[in-house]
Amino acid sequence: MATYDFIFDGLGLRDWCGDGEKSGGPMSMADLLGETSGQKVEVSAWDTPFPSLDNLHDACNAIPQSRDLTSGLERGFLDIKDSLKIVVDPLTQPLSWALNEMLWVMQALPWWIMIPLLMLIAYAVGRSMKLVALVAVCFGFLAFVDYYDYTMQTLAIIFVCAFICVLFGVPIGIAMSRSDRVQRMMIPILDMLQTLPPFVYLIPLIFLFSVTEPKLYGIAIILYAIVPVIRLTDLGIRLVDRDVIEAADAFGMTKRQKLFGVQIPLALPNIMAGVNQTIMMSLAMVVIASLVSAPGLGVLVLRGIRSLELGVGLLSGLGIVLLAIILDRVTKAALARINASQK
Amino acid sequence: MSDEIKIKIRNLYKIFGDKPQMALAYVRNGMGKTELLAEHNHVLGLNNINVDMPAGKTTVIMGLSGSGKSTLIRHLNRLIDPSAGEVLVNGDDILSYNDKQLRDLRQHHMSMVFQKFALFPHRTVLENAGLAPSIEGMGKGKYQKDARKWLARVGLEGQDDQYPHQLSGGMQQRVGIARALTSNSDIMLMDEAFSALDPLIRTDMQNLLIELQAELAKTVVFITHDLDESLKLADHLVILKDGFVVQQGEPQHILLNPADPYIEAFVSDINRARVLRVRSVMRQTTEAMGEISGEVDHDANLESLIERSGGDTTNRYRVMKGGQQVGILEMTDLVRSLVPRGGSSDPDAARRAG
Ligand SMILES: Nc1ncnc2c1ncn2[C@@H]1O[C@H](COP(=O)(O)OP(=O)(O)OP(=O)(O)O)[C@@H](O)[C@H]1O
Ligand SMILES: [Mg+2]
Repeated sequence: MATYDFIFDGLGLRDWCGDGEKSGGPMSMADLLGETSGQKVEVSAWDTPFPSLDNLHDACNAIPQSRDLTSGLERGFLDIKDSLKIVVDPLTQPLSWALNEMLWVMQALPWWIMIPLLMLIAYAVGRSMKLVALVAVCFGFLAFVDYYDYTMQTLAIIFVCAFICVLFGVPIGIAMSRSDRVQRMMIPILDMLQTLPPFVYLIPLIFLFSVTEPKLYGIAIILYAIVPVIRLTDLGIRLVDRDVIEAADAFGMTKRQKLFGVQIPLALPNIMAGVNQTIMMSLAMVVIASLVSAPGLGVLVLRGIRSLELGVGLLSGLGIVLLAIILDRVTKAALARINASQK
Repeated sequence: MSDEIKIKIRNLYKIFGDKPQMALAYVRNGMGKTELLAEHNHVLGLNNINVDMPAGKTTVIMGLSGSGKSTLIRHLNRLIDPSAGEVLVNGDDILSYNDKQLRDLRQHHMSMVFQKFALFPHRTVLENAGLAPSIEGMGKGKYQKDARKWLARVGLEGQDDQYPHQLSGGMQQRVGIARALTSNSDIMLMDEAFSALDPLIRTDMQNLLIELQAELAKTVVFITHDLDESLKLADHLVILKDGFVVQQGEPQHILLNPADPYIEAFVSDINRARVLRVRSVMRQTTEAMGEISGEVDHDANLESLIERSGGDTTNRYRVMKGGQQVGILEMTDLVRSLVPRGGSSDPDAARRAG
């Protein structure tokens, strides 16, 4: 009947497979078609199907179908979900608060405080009037086209998420730089985080948290964006000149003094490059996260796609580009200042 | 000056590899560096080193590249731990030190100057010079007087707020020396401190070190692969080859009595007239001797005497030390001492022998 019958017959496993009749479980589409048309499915050697779960199932009922696998995964996840939630929920609650508070503050402050404040921050970080002018023009434009609120929401989310990325990423990077074992353990995890398509994070997170909670998108953004800051902190510290470290040892520095007095300052250019990339990646993710109710410019992009509002889509896309330019320039200016001061 | 021994190294072995203790057994049974590497894949860094380093003097450790000089000096402040053996500083076994004692040793008793300077690129010259006090938690206000004093002493006034990359190599190494001096430690370790500098600056720095030594009388351990440099600076010379000590002693003595062909080849192509002193080639006697052409100080080098005699080999000089005659120097002895034993003048001979 099925292509792989001979294996089970040959190995004498027919009994293990259950009765020879194919009963129970829905049939595959091909079988169904074959049955209704009343024709026997003749398979030539050329068309021999891969011995996949479904094809083996055809020959032997004891082999599960591939949809049993996916539904098994789902059931497994749902089973641990509740206990996972008990642990993860309180741990991530501060993230929800932080996001809510930041969103509230940045929208509650009137524009005539907020925009000058952002200009001031740009100046403090980059020490360049050109940069301040760029910030003023970009935010002025976005406010002018009535995207001010959306822009502030996006910015609030990025600030919170990037801050948390740095808060956790730098220590993780330091731990990696100090121990080869930790590094070997972390690298596959980081590779996975970086290569998984961002949509894939969202799926289990939706099961875990309710869509109304900000931490849902917060976690998705952080998981996606934390990788560069970890990697570059690790790299930066490992790249610190061995001779300088030796000098620090030779003059009797403690490990702590070495870390804060030598390694971190000398790794700072790399760490800042990591922060820059982390911010850029949060921005990319914040757009995708609007699928799971993250507010901000991403919502407009989504509206553009969903209801084919071309103008809205393009304009909000431009807004995201402007934000990206500002964030990139400001962090790069900070980086340039560090580089100039230590060469 | 006393003959007190500041640093004693006893039966020191260092083997790089996964199982140094296993390899150590082979080395103790006489296996050499090449065999050990070929048969057991371990690198023999140091092989049964015994050295006494006198207090207040300069001990120079010399050897070709890979002979284990850097490895040896790093045992003195335990940047590297040995596979076996003892290192005694002021009579204390530093291998028994815990972290705290070790830091104290490094902060207060030993400072180090590096071949590649190893200054902190993110700190100013003044902050670099004040590294040792800053590690103890002293603020800039407190240590700056001391640090400025030593910077000035090494010839770096008014550069306080520069960053290392703004200085030339020679100036950077001066900062390195000031950094070591500011720690006020009585032992100074210098790993090829002048090797990265060009010849003129290098001579300057050697002279600076000699001046400082005359003034401060620190116990200096100086590493070099340059024989001229070692003869200029050394009170005690240790020659390393493949991780073991080939010969050690007073430099003049080594020059005149090389222990093996390796050293003979090494010393064959230096300017002996400039390096050798009258005291090393004179005949010791307090008796007056026939006809004397003049008096000469015992510490004068042969070159100056040759110039004075106008090349006349029949002359004979009275050698004086502190107004007293200590010996007689025949010019014929002097001329003979200029030719190295073995007579090789091939500059590559040292390398071939090594
Ligand atoms: N960490 C290490 N692991 C393995 N082998 C080492 C290590 N450090 C040094 N060695 C080996 O020990 C030997 C001595 O090295 P060392 O650096 O002390 O030589 P050196 O005399 O200072 O040479 P140079 O003049 O080139 O600085 C060399 O053969 C070197 O390969
Ligand atoms: Mg070396």
